[in-house]
Amino acid sequence: MASSRTSEPAGTAPRQVTEVPLTPDEGRVWRRRHVLDLDDFSADEIELVLETTTAMKEVLARDVPRAPALRGTTIVTLFYEASTRTRASFELAGKVLGADVINLTSSGSSVEKGESLIDTVRTLQAIGAQVLVMRHSMSGAPYLAAEHCDARVINAGDGWHAHPTQGLLDLYTLRSRVGDLRGRRIVIVGDVAHSRVARSDIWGLSRLGAEVVVCGPPTLLPAELGKSQEGSALPNVTVETDLDKAVCGADAVMTLRLQQERMAGGLLPSLREYSRLYQVNEARMAKANPGAPVLHPGPMNEGVEISAALAHGAASMIEEQVQNGVAVRMALLYLMRGSK
Amino acid sequence: MSERVLMTSEDMRRAVVRIAHEILEAHKGSKDLVLLGMHTRGVPLAHRLADAMEQIEGEAVPVGALDIGLYRDDLSTRGTSVQLTPGELPQDVSGKRLVLVDDVLFTGRSVRAALDAIIDIGRPQRIQLAVLIDRGHREVPIRPDYVGKNVPTARGDDVRVRLDETDGRDGVAIVRQEE
Repeated sequence: MASSRTSEPAGTAPRQVTEVPLTPDEGRVWRRRHVLDLDDFSADEIELVLETTTAMKEVLARDVPRAPALRGTTIVTLFYEASTRTRASFELAGKVLGADVINLTSSGSSVEKGESLIDTVRTLQAIGAQVLVMRHSMSGAPYLAAEHCDARVINAGDGWHAHPTQGLLDLYTLRSRVGDLRGRRIVIVGDVAHSRVARSDIWGLSRLGAEVVVCGPPTLLPAELGKSQEGSALPNVTVETDLDKAVCGADAVMTLRLQQERMAGGLLPSLREYSRLYQVNEARMAKANPGAPVLHPGPMNEGVEISAALAHGAASMIEEQVQNGVAVRMALLYLMRGSK
Repeated sequence: MSERVLMTSEDMRRAVVRIAHEILEAHKGSKDLVLLGMHTRGVPLAHRLADAMEQIEGEAVPVGALDIGLYRDDLSTRGTSVQLTPGELPQDVSGKRLVLVDDVLFTGRSVRAALDAIIDIGRPQRIQLAVLIDRGHREVPIRPDYVGKNVPTARGDDVRVRLDETDGRDGVAIVRQEE
Protein backbone atom coordinates (compact mmCIF):
# COMPACT_ATOMS: atom_id res chain seq x y z
CA MET A 1 0.00 0.00 0.00
CA ALA A 2 2.75 2.40 1.02
CA SER A 3 4.72 2.01 -2.16
CA SER A 4 1.68 2.76 -4.29
CA ARG A 5 1.35 6.13 -2.61
CA THR A 6 4.90 7.21 -3.39
CA SER A 7 4.83 10.37 -5.40
CA GLU A 8 7.46 10.37 -8.09
CA PRO A 9 8.47 13.30 -10.22
CA ALA A 10 7.41 12.89 -13.81
CA GLY A 11 10.95 12.61 -15.13
CA THR A 12 11.85 9.50 -13.14
CA ALA A 13 8.83 7.51 -14.18
CA PRO A 14 8.59 7.75 -17.94
CA ARG A 15 6.66 4.47 -18.17
CA GLN A 16 3.80 6.05 -16.30
CA VAL A 17 3.74 9.23 -18.34
CA THR A 18 3.51 7.55 -21.71
CA GLU A 19 0.41 5.63 -20.74
CA VAL A 20 -1.95 4.25 -23.33
CA PRO A 21 -4.86 6.69 -23.29
CA LEU A 22 -8.03 5.45 -21.64
CA THR A 23 -10.77 4.16 -23.87
CA PRO A 24 -13.07 7.17 -24.00
CA ASP A 25 -16.21 6.64 -21.94
CA GLU A 26 -18.30 8.22 -24.67
CA GLY A 27 -17.68 5.43 -27.16
CA ARG A 28 -18.47 6.40 -30.73
CA VAL A 29 -19.58 9.92 -31.37
CA TRP A 30 -22.29 11.23 -33.68
CA ARG A 31 -21.38 14.29 -35.73
CA ARG A 32 -24.19 14.51 -38.26
CA ARG A 33 -26.46 17.57 -38.19
CA HIS A 34 -29.12 16.45 -40.61
CA VAL A 35 -30.36 13.06 -41.78
CA LEU A 36 -31.27 13.57 -45.42
CA ASP A 37 -30.19 10.36 -47.15
CA LEU A 38 -28.27 7.18 -46.42
CA ASP A 39 -25.94 7.64 -49.40
CA ASP A 40 -23.28 9.36 -47.29
CA PHE A 41 -23.64 7.20 -44.16
CA SER A 42 -20.61 5.14 -43.20
CA ALA A 43 -21.03 1.57 -41.98
CA ASP A 44 -19.90 2.83 -38.54
CA GLU A 45 -22.62 5.46 -38.41
CA ILE A 46 -25.25 2.90 -39.38
CA GLU A 47 -23.97 0.58 -36.64
CA LEU A 48 -24.21 3.40 -34.09
CA VAL A 49 -27.83 4.04 -35.05
CA LEU A 50 -28.70 0.34 -34.91
CA GLU A 51 -27.04 -0.11 -31.50
CA THR A 52 -28.80 2.95 -30.12
CA THR A 53 -32.05 1.51 -31.50
CA THR A 54 -31.58 -1.58 -29.34
CA ALA A 55 -31.22 0.65 -26.27
CA MET A 56 -34.41 2.47 -27.30
CA LYS A 57 -36.32 -0.80 -27.67
CA GLU A 58 -35.58 -1.39 -24.01
CA VAL A 59 -37.16 1.93 -23.11
CA LEU A 60 -40.22 0.99 -25.18
CA ALA A 61 -40.50 -2.37 -23.41
CA ARG A 62 -40.84 -0.75 -19.97
CA ASP A 63 -44.10 -0.59 -18.06
CA VAL A 64 -43.98 3.18 -18.46
CA PRO A 65 -42.08 3.83 -21.69
CA ARG A 66 -40.64 7.25 -20.94
CA ALA A 67 -37.12 8.66 -20.69
CA PRO A 68 -36.25 12.33 -20.34
CA ALA A 69 -33.43 12.62 -22.89
CA LEU A 70 -35.17 15.19 -25.10
CA ARG A 71 -36.96 17.16 -22.41
CA GLY A 72 -37.29 20.76 -23.58
CA THR A 73 -36.73 19.92 -27.24
CA THR A 74 -39.33 20.99 -29.77
CA ILE A 75 -39.84 18.76 -32.78
CA VAL A 76 -42.04 19.78 -35.69
CA THR A 77 -43.28 17.22 -38.18
CA LEU A 78 -44.02 18.96 -41.46
CA PHE A 79 -45.80 16.66 -43.90
CA TYR A 80 -46.65 17.84 -47.39
CA GLU A 81 -47.70 14.29 -48.26
CA ALA A 82 -49.94 11.73 -46.60
CA SER A 83 -48.45 9.40 -44.02
CA THR A 84 -49.66 7.14 -41.24
CA ARG A 85 -46.78 5.18 -39.78
CA THR A 86 -43.90 7.57 -40.39
CA ARG A 87 -45.63 10.57 -38.87
CA ALA A 88 -47.18 8.63 -35.99
CA SER A 89 -43.89 6.93 -35.14
CA PHE A 90 -41.92 10.18 -35.21
CA GLU A 91 -44.49 11.78 -32.94
CA LEU A 92 -44.42 8.86 -30.54
CA ALA A 93 -40.61 8.66 -30.65
CA GLY A 94 -40.35 12.30 -29.65
CA LYS A 95 -42.93 11.97 -26.89
CA VAL A 96 -41.35 8.85 -25.38
CA LEU A 97 -38.12 10.83 -25.01
CA GLY A 98 -39.91 13.79 -23.44
CA ALA A 99 -39.87 16.21 -26.39
CA ASP A 100 -42.72 18.49 -27.41
CA VAL A 101 -44.03 17.49 -30.82
CA ILE A 102 -46.02 19.75 -33.12
CA ASN A 103 -47.62 18.15 -36.17
CA LEU A 104 -48.23 20.19 -39.31
CA THR A 105 -49.66 19.04 -42.59
CA SER A 106 -49.90 21.10 -45.76
CA SER A 107 -53.69 21.10 -45.56
CA GLY A 108 -54.90 23.37 -42.80
CA SER A 109 -51.63 25.31 -42.55
CA SER A 110 -50.40 28.46 -44.25
CA VAL A 111 -49.06 26.28 -47.02
CA GLU A 112 -52.64 26.28 -48.35
CA LYS A 113 -52.42 30.07 -48.56
CA GLY A 114 -49.39 29.75 -50.78
CA GLU A 115 -46.58 30.17 -48.25
CA SER A 116 -43.27 29.03 -49.70
CA LEU A 117 -41.32 26.14 -48.25
CA ILE A 118 -38.48 28.40 -47.13
CA ASP A 119 -40.86 30.83 -45.40
CA THR A 120 -42.65 27.97 -43.64
CA VAL A 121 -39.38 26.49 -42.43
CA ARG A 122 -38.13 29.86 -41.17
CA THR A 123 -41.42 30.46 -39.37
CA LEU A 124 -41.13 27.10 -37.63
CA GLN A 125 -37.58 27.91 -36.62
CA ALA A 126 -38.74 31.26 -35.26
CA ILE A 127 -41.28 29.59 -32.98
CA GLY A 128 -38.51 27.39 -31.59
CA ALA A 129 -38.43 24.18 -33.62
CA GLN A 130 -35.08 22.47 -33.06
CA VAL A 131 -35.78 19.40 -35.11
CA LEU A 132 -37.77 19.45 -38.32
CA VAL A 133 -39.10 16.15 -39.65
CA MET A 134 -40.15 16.70 -43.20
CA ARG A 135 -41.93 14.84 -45.98
CA HIS A 136 -42.37 16.36 -49.40
CA SER A 137 -43.37 15.12 -52.83
CA MET A 138 -40.42 16.94 -54.43
CA SER A 139 -37.08 15.19 -54.31
CA GLY A 140 -34.54 17.38 -52.53
CA ALA A 141 -37.02 19.55 -50.62
CA PRO A 142 -35.49 18.64 -47.21
CA TYR A 143 -32.08 19.76 -48.51
CA LEU A 144 -33.53 23.15 -49.32
CA ALA A 145 -35.06 23.33 -45.83
CA ALA A 146 -31.76 22.36 -44.22
CA GLU A 147 -29.97 25.13 -46.10
CA HIS A 148 -32.38 27.82 -44.97
CA CYS A 149 -32.78 27.19 -41.26
CA ASP A 150 -30.77 26.33 -38.17
CA ALA A 151 -33.00 23.44 -37.12
CA ARG A 152 -31.81 19.91 -37.65
CA VAL A 153 -33.69 18.33 -40.52
CA ILE A 154 -34.75 14.71 -40.86
CA ASN A 155 -35.97 13.61 -44.25
CA ALA A 156 -39.14 11.56 -43.76
CA GLY A 157 -39.41 10.89 -47.49
CA ASP A 158 -38.84 13.21 -50.45
CA GLY A 159 -40.27 12.36 -53.85
CA TRP A 160 -38.57 9.34 -55.39
CA HIS A 161 -35.30 10.23 -53.76
CA ALA A 162 -34.81 8.96 -50.21
CA HIS A 163 -36.49 7.75 -47.05
CA PRO A 164 -33.52 7.25 -44.75
CA THR A 165 -35.41 6.40 -41.55
CA GLN A 166 -37.31 3.65 -43.37
CA GLY A 167 -33.99 2.37 -44.71
CA LEU A 168 -32.54 2.26 -41.19
CA LEU A 169 -35.55 0.52 -39.70
CA ASP A 170 -35.47 -2.04 -42.52
CA LEU A 171 -31.79 -2.70 -41.77
CA TYR A 172 -32.55 -3.09 -38.07
CA THR A 173 -35.48 -5.43 -38.76
CA LEU A 174 -33.49 -7.54 -41.23
CA ARG A 175 -30.58 -7.84 -38.85
CA SER A 176 -32.82 -8.99 -36.01
CA ARG A 177 -33.83 -12.02 -38.11
CA VAL A 178 -30.96 -12.63 -40.54
CA GLY A 179 -28.00 -11.50 -38.40
CA ASP A 180 -24.88 -10.10 -40.03
CA LEU A 181 -25.82 -8.90 -43.53
CA ARG A 182 -22.39 -9.30 -45.12
CA GLY A 183 -22.67 -11.48 -48.21
CA ARG A 184 -26.40 -12.08 -47.69
CA ARG A 185 -28.61 -12.11 -50.75
CA ILE A 186 -31.35 -9.52 -50.22
CA VAL A 187 -33.95 -9.19 -52.98
CA ILE A 188 -35.90 -5.96 -53.47
CA VAL A 189 -39.03 -6.53 -55.58
CA GLY A 190 -41.36 -4.10 -57.28
CA ASP A 191 -41.54 -0.54 -58.45
CA VAL A 192 -37.93 0.36 -57.72
CA ALA A 193 -37.85 3.32 -60.11
CA HIS A 194 -40.43 5.32 -58.17
CA SER A 195 -39.47 4.11 -54.72
CA ARG A 196 -37.56 6.27 -52.24
CA VAL A 197 -37.70 3.33 -49.84
CA ALA A 198 -35.86 1.12 -52.33
CA ARG A 199 -33.16 3.75 -52.86
CA SER A 200 -32.49 4.15 -49.15
CA ASP A 201 -32.59 0.38 -48.63
CA ILE A 202 -30.08 -0.15 -51.42
CA TRP A 203 -27.63 2.40 -49.97
CA GLY A 204 -27.91 0.97 -46.47
CA LEU A 205 -27.75 -2.68 -47.49
CA SER A 206 -24.76 -2.25 -49.76
CA ARG A 207 -22.95 -0.22 -47.07
CA LEU A 208 -23.38 -3.13 -44.67
CA GLY A 209 -22.00 -5.53 -47.28
CA ALA A 210 -25.19 -7.28 -48.41
CA GLU A 211 -25.53 -8.60 -51.94
CA VAL A 212 -28.50 -6.64 -53.27
CA VAL A 213 -30.67 -8.03 -56.07
CA VAL A 214 -33.25 -5.72 -57.58
CA CYS A 215 -36.24 -7.26 -59.35
CA GLY A 216 -39.19 -5.83 -61.22
CA PRO A 217 -40.60 -5.22 -64.68
CA PRO A 218 -38.03 -3.35 -66.81
CA THR A 219 -40.32 -0.31 -67.01
CA LEU A 220 -40.18 0.02 -63.22
CA LEU A 221 -36.43 -0.35 -62.80
CA PRO A 222 -34.28 2.75 -62.86
CA ALA A 223 -32.03 2.78 -65.91
CA GLU A 224 -28.88 3.60 -63.94
CA LEU A 225 -29.07 0.50 -61.74
CA GLY A 226 -26.83 -2.45 -62.44
CA LYS A 227 -24.35 -0.30 -64.33
CA SER A 228 -22.09 0.31 -61.38
CA GLN A 229 -18.45 0.30 -62.34
CA GLU A 230 -15.23 0.37 -60.39
CA GLY A 231 -15.07 3.67 -58.54
CA SER A 232 -18.57 4.78 -59.51
CA ALA A 233 -20.82 6.50 -57.00
CA LEU A 234 -23.61 3.98 -57.52
CA PRO A 235 -23.95 1.05 -55.12
CA ASN A 236 -23.28 -2.35 -56.60
CA VAL A 237 -26.52 -4.21 -57.25
CA THR A 238 -27.63 -7.02 -59.50
CA VAL A 239 -30.68 -6.58 -61.71
CA GLU A 240 -32.93 -9.57 -62.38
CA THR A 241 -36.27 -9.22 -64.13
CA ASP A 242 -37.42 -12.79 -63.42
CA LEU A 243 -38.69 -12.99 -59.84
CA ASP A 244 -38.51 -16.79 -59.72
CA LYS A 245 -34.80 -16.58 -60.43
CA ALA A 246 -34.25 -13.63 -58.12
CA VAL A 247 -35.71 -15.32 -55.02
CA CYS A 248 -33.60 -18.48 -55.47
CA GLY A 249 -31.32 -18.66 -52.46
CA ALA A 250 -32.49 -15.30 -51.10
CA ASP A 251 -31.85 -14.56 -47.42
CA ALA A 252 -34.67 -12.00 -47.33
CA VAL A 253 -37.20 -10.46 -49.72
CA MET A 254 -38.24 -6.83 -49.47
CA THR A 255 -41.43 -6.01 -51.34
CA LEU A 256 -42.36 -2.51 -52.41
CA ARG A 257 -45.75 -0.89 -52.69
CA LEU A 258 -47.08 -0.76 -56.23
CA GLN A 259 -48.48 2.70 -56.73
CA GLN A 260 -51.72 2.30 -58.65
CA GLU A 261 -51.12 5.50 -60.60
CA ARG A 262 -48.29 3.73 -62.46
CA MET A 263 -50.97 1.96 -64.46
CA ALA A 264 -52.24 5.22 -65.87
CA GLY A 265 -48.73 6.13 -66.98
CA GLY A 266 -48.64 3.14 -69.31
CA LEU A 267 -45.77 1.51 -67.45
CA LEU A 268 -47.76 -1.62 -66.68
CA PRO A 269 -50.22 -3.44 -68.93
CA SER A 270 -52.46 -4.68 -66.11
CA LEU A 271 -52.52 -5.31 -62.37
CA ARG A 272 -53.26 -8.95 -63.05
CA GLU A 273 -50.18 -9.38 -65.16
CA TYR A 274 -48.07 -7.62 -62.58
CA SER A 275 -49.31 -9.79 -59.74
CA ARG A 276 -48.84 -12.95 -61.81
CA LEU A 277 -45.21 -12.13 -62.56
CA TYR A 278 -44.10 -10.13 -59.53
CA GLN A 279 -46.28 -11.02 -56.58
CA VAL A 280 -44.25 -12.30 -53.65
CA ASN A 281 -46.19 -15.31 -52.36
CA GLU A 282 -45.62 -18.54 -50.47
CA ALA A 283 -44.84 -20.58 -53.60
CA ARG A 284 -42.06 -18.19 -54.56
CA MET A 285 -40.73 -17.87 -51.01
CA ALA A 286 -40.31 -21.66 -51.01
CA LYS A 287 -37.34 -21.10 -53.35
CA ALA A 288 -35.67 -18.72 -50.93
CA ASN A 289 -33.45 -19.90 -48.09
CA PRO A 290 -35.42 -21.54 -45.27
CA GLY A 291 -36.66 -18.96 -42.77
CA ALA A 292 -36.03 -16.02 -45.11
CA PRO A 293 -38.23 -13.12 -43.95
CA VAL A 294 -40.47 -10.88 -46.05
CA LEU A 295 -40.59 -7.13 -45.49
CA HIS A 296 -42.93 -4.45 -46.78
CA PRO A 297 -42.77 -0.75 -45.97
CA GLY A 298 -46.56 -0.38 -46.10
CA PRO A 299 -49.22 0.46 -46.96
CA MET A 300 -49.75 -2.89 -48.69
CA ASN A 301 -51.86 -3.81 -51.68
CA GLU A 302 -52.59 -7.34 -50.56
CA GLY A 303 -53.07 -9.64 -53.52
CA VAL A 304 -51.03 -7.36 -55.79
CA GLU A 305 -47.37 -7.12 -54.74
CA ILE A 306 -47.71 -9.53 -51.83
CA SER A 307 -50.16 -12.36 -51.14
CA ALA A 308 -52.38 -12.00 -48.07
CA ALA A 309 -51.27 -15.38 -46.72
CA LEU A 310 -47.61 -14.37 -46.83
CA ALA A 311 -48.22 -10.87 -45.45
CA HIS A 312 -49.81 -12.33 -42.33
CA GLY A 313 -47.73 -15.50 -42.09
CA ALA A 314 -44.68 -16.47 -40.08
CA ALA A 315 -42.17 -15.13 -42.60
CA SER A 316 -43.69 -11.65 -42.49
CA MET A 317 -41.80 -9.01 -40.47
CA ILE A 318 -44.16 -6.22 -41.45
CA GLU A 319 -45.40 -5.64 -37.92
CA GLU A 320 -41.86 -5.69 -36.52
CA GLN A 321 -40.95 -3.05 -39.09
CA VAL A 322 -43.61 -0.73 -37.70
CA GLN A 323 -42.54 -1.40 -34.10
CA ASN A 324 -38.86 -0.91 -34.89
CA GLY A 325 -39.77 2.32 -36.68
CA VAL A 326 -40.46 4.02 -33.37
CA ALA A 327 -37.19 2.85 -31.82
CA VAL A 328 -35.07 3.82 -34.85
CA ARG A 329 -36.57 7.29 -34.87
CA MET A 330 -35.97 7.63 -31.13
CA ALA A 331 -32.34 6.67 -31.74
CA LEU A 332 -31.90 9.30 -34.44
CA LEU A 333 -33.61 12.03 -32.43
CA TYR A 334 -31.41 11.19 -29.44
CA LEU A 335 -28.20 11.14 -31.45
CA MET A 336 -29.01 14.35 -33.32
CA ARG A 337 -30.02 16.25 -30.22
CA GLY A 338 -26.48 16.19 -28.96
CA SER A 339 -24.67 16.93 -32.23
CA LYS A 340 -23.61 20.50 -32.77
CA MET B 1 1.65 16.31 -16.36
CA SER B 2 2.57 13.54 -14.00
CA GLU B 3 0.68 10.37 -13.30
CA ARG B 4 0.87 8.96 -9.76
CA VAL B 5 -0.25 5.48 -8.80
CA LEU B 6 -3.06 5.40 -6.23
CA MET B 7 -3.87 1.69 -6.26
CA THR B 8 -2.06 -1.27 -7.69
CA SER B 9 -3.87 -4.28 -9.03
CA GLU B 10 -3.36 -6.02 -5.66
CA ASP B 11 -4.83 -3.01 -3.80
CA MET B 12 -7.82 -3.13 -6.11
CA ARG B 13 -8.37 -6.83 -5.53
CA ARG B 14 -8.26 -6.35 -1.75
CA ALA B 15 -10.66 -3.40 -1.92
CA VAL B 16 -13.14 -5.40 -3.99
CA VAL B 17 -13.01 -8.35 -1.57
CA ARG B 18 -13.46 -6.02 1.42
CA ILE B 19 -16.45 -4.28 -0.17
CA ALA B 20 -17.96 -7.69 -0.99
CA HIS B 21 -17.67 -8.60 2.71
CA GLU B 22 -19.16 -5.28 3.77
CA ILE B 23 -22.16 -5.64 1.45
CA LEU B 24 -22.82 -9.19 2.65
CA GLU B 25 -22.48 -8.15 6.27
CA ALA B 26 -24.83 -5.18 5.90
CA HIS B 27 -27.45 -7.30 4.11
CA LYS B 28 -26.91 -10.43 6.21
CA GLY B 29 -26.21 -12.53 3.13
CA SER B 30 -26.91 -12.20 -0.56
CA LYS B 31 -30.67 -12.79 -0.60
CA ASP B 32 -32.52 -10.39 -2.95
CA LEU B 33 -29.29 -8.57 -3.77
CA VAL B 34 -28.70 -7.30 -7.30
CA LEU B 35 -25.50 -5.56 -8.38
CA LEU B 36 -25.98 -2.92 -11.06
CA GLY B 37 -22.81 -1.70 -12.78
CA MET B 38 -22.73 1.70 -14.42
CA HIS B 39 -21.24 1.87 -17.89
CA THR B 40 -18.38 1.65 -18.68
CA ARG B 41 -16.13 0.56 -15.83
CA GLY B 42 -18.79 -0.03 -13.23
CA VAL B 43 -19.92 -3.13 -15.12
CA PRO B 44 -16.71 -5.21 -14.83
CA LEU B 45 -16.35 -3.97 -11.24
CA ALA B 46 -19.85 -5.24 -10.45
CA HIS B 47 -18.91 -8.62 -11.92
CA ARG B 48 -15.77 -8.73 -9.78
CA LEU B 49 -17.81 -7.93 -6.68
CA ALA B 50 -20.31 -10.64 -7.59
CA ASP B 51 -17.52 -13.18 -8.07
CA ALA B 52 -16.03 -12.27 -4.69
CA MET B 53 -19.44 -12.52 -3.03
CA GLU B 54 -20.05 -15.91 -4.59
CA GLN B 55 -16.71 -17.15 -3.23
CA ILE B 56 -17.63 -15.95 0.25
CA GLU B 57 -21.28 -17.05 0.40
CA GLY B 58 -21.37 -19.77 -2.23
CA GLU B 59 -24.37 -18.20 -3.91
CA ALA B 60 -24.40 -16.36 -7.24
CA VAL B 61 -25.45 -12.71 -7.14
CA PRO B 62 -27.17 -11.37 -10.27
CA VAL B 63 -25.38 -8.55 -12.08
CA GLY B 64 -26.89 -5.96 -14.40
CA ALA B 65 -25.57 -3.08 -16.47
CA LEU B 66 -26.97 0.42 -16.63
CA ASP B 67 -26.40 3.12 -19.24
CA ILE B 68 -27.42 6.57 -18.02
CA GLY B 69 -27.11 8.29 -21.40
CA LEU B 70 -30.83 9.08 -21.58
CA TYR B 71 -30.80 10.63 -18.11
CA ARG B 72 -27.75 12.89 -18.20
CA ASP B 73 -28.38 16.52 -17.30
CA ASP B 74 -25.63 17.77 -19.62
CA LEU B 75 -26.94 16.43 -22.94
CA SER B 76 -27.42 19.86 -24.45
CA THR B 77 -24.05 21.22 -23.31
CA ARG B 78 -21.86 18.24 -24.17
CA GLY B 79 -21.90 18.86 -27.91
CA THR B 80 -22.00 15.19 -28.79
CA SER B 81 -24.35 12.44 -27.85
CA VAL B 82 -23.08 9.73 -25.63
CA GLN B 83 -23.20 6.32 -27.19
CA LEU B 84 -25.86 4.24 -25.50
CA THR B 85 -25.11 0.69 -24.58
CA PRO B 86 -28.17 -1.47 -24.25
CA GLY B 87 -28.63 -2.13 -20.54
CA GLU B 88 -28.87 -5.64 -19.24
CA LEU B 89 -31.04 -6.25 -16.27
CA PRO B 90 -30.84 -9.73 -14.80
CA GLN B 91 -34.51 -9.60 -13.76
CA ASP B 92 -37.20 -7.33 -12.49
CA VAL B 93 -35.55 -5.07 -9.90
CA SER B 94 -38.80 -4.33 -8.07
CA GLY B 95 -38.54 -5.35 -4.42
CA LYS B 96 -34.82 -6.13 -4.75
CA ARG B 97 -31.94 -4.67 -2.79
CA LEU B 98 -29.92 -2.98 -5.44
CA VAL B 99 -26.27 -1.98 -5.15
CA LEU B 100 -25.17 0.51 -7.79
CA VAL B 101 -21.49 0.06 -8.70
CA ASP B 102 -19.22 2.64 -10.31
CA ASP B 103 -15.48 3.25 -10.55
CA VAL B 104 -15.14 6.90 -9.48
CA LEU B 105 -17.55 9.04 -7.47
CA PHE B 106 -16.95 12.71 -8.30
CA THR B 107 -19.74 15.30 -8.65
CA GLY B 108 -22.45 12.71 -8.01
CA ARG B 109 -24.38 13.74 -11.11
CA SER B 110 -23.99 10.37 -12.82
CA VAL B 111 -25.39 8.67 -9.74
CA ARG B 112 -28.28 11.12 -9.69
CA ALA B 113 -28.99 10.21 -13.32
CA ALA B 114 -28.68 6.51 -12.48
CA LEU B 115 -31.26 6.88 -9.70
CA ASP B 116 -33.69 8.43 -12.18
CA ALA B 117 -33.02 5.61 -14.62
CA ILE B 118 -33.56 2.91 -11.97
CA ILE B 119 -36.81 4.46 -10.78
CA ASP B 120 -38.08 4.43 -14.39
CA ILE B 121 -37.25 0.73 -14.66
CA GLY B 122 -38.78 -0.52 -11.42
CA ARG B 123 -39.13 0.03 -7.70
CA PRO B 124 -36.29 -1.58 -5.76
CA GLN B 125 -36.78 -2.02 -2.04
CA ARG B 126 -33.49 -0.26 -1.40
CA ILE B 127 -30.66 1.29 -3.45
CA GLN B 128 -27.07 1.53 -2.21
CA LEU B 129 -23.91 2.82 -3.83
CA ALA B 130 -20.49 1.16 -4.02
CA VAL B 131 -17.52 2.94 -5.63
CA LEU B 132 -13.88 2.05 -6.01
CA ILE B 133 -12.69 5.66 -5.61
CA ASP B 134 -14.36 8.58 -3.87
CA ARG B 135 -12.55 11.70 -4.99
CA GLY B 136 -14.84 14.30 -3.39
CA HIS B 137 -16.21 17.53 -4.95
CA ARG B 138 -19.87 16.52 -4.79
CA GLU B 139 -22.38 18.82 -6.49
CA VAL B 140 -25.50 16.98 -5.34
CA PRO B 141 -26.38 15.45 -1.95
CA ILE B 142 -25.25 11.89 -2.67
CA ARG B 143 -22.90 9.74 -0.59
CA PRO B 144 -21.52 6.26 -1.14
CA ASP B 145 -22.30 3.31 1.15
CA TYR B 146 -19.14 1.38 0.27
CA VAL B 147 -15.82 2.94 -0.76
CA GLY B 148 -12.63 1.27 -1.98
CA LYS B 149 -10.46 4.29 -1.30
CA ASN B 150 -11.04 7.91 -0.40
CA VAL B 151 -8.73 10.17 -2.38
CA PRO B 152 -8.37 13.89 -1.73
CA THR B 153 -8.10 15.57 -5.12
CA ALA B 154 -8.05 18.98 -6.71
CA ARG B 155 -10.93 19.72 -9.08
CA GLY B 156 -8.70 19.71 -12.15
CA ASP B 157 -7.12 16.35 -11.33
CA ASP B 158 -7.85 13.39 -13.50
CA VAL B 159 -8.43 10.10 -11.69
CA ARG B 160 -7.86 7.18 -14.03
CA VAL B 161 -9.23 3.79 -13.17
CA ARG B 162 -7.97 1.08 -15.48
CA LEU B 163 -9.47 -2.36 -15.55
CA ASP B 164 -8.16 -5.45 -17.24
CA GLU B 165 -11.53 -5.92 -18.94
CA THR B 166 -11.67 -2.46 -20.52
CA ASP B 167 -8.09 -1.17 -20.58
CA GLY B 168 -5.88 -4.25 -20.64
CA ARG B 169 -4.56 -3.92 -17.10
CA ASP B 170 -5.56 -3.00 -13.55
CA GLY B 171 -4.56 0.13 -11.69
CA VAL B 172 -5.74 3.49 -10.38
CA ALA B 173 -3.68 6.61 -10.99
CA ILE B 174 -4.09 10.34 -10.58
CA VAL B 175 -2.95 12.88 -13.13
CA ARG B 176 -2.29 16.35 -11.72
CA GLN B 177 -1.92 19.38 -13.93
CA GLU B 178 1.45 21.05 -13.34
CA GLU B 179 1.21 24.40 -11.59
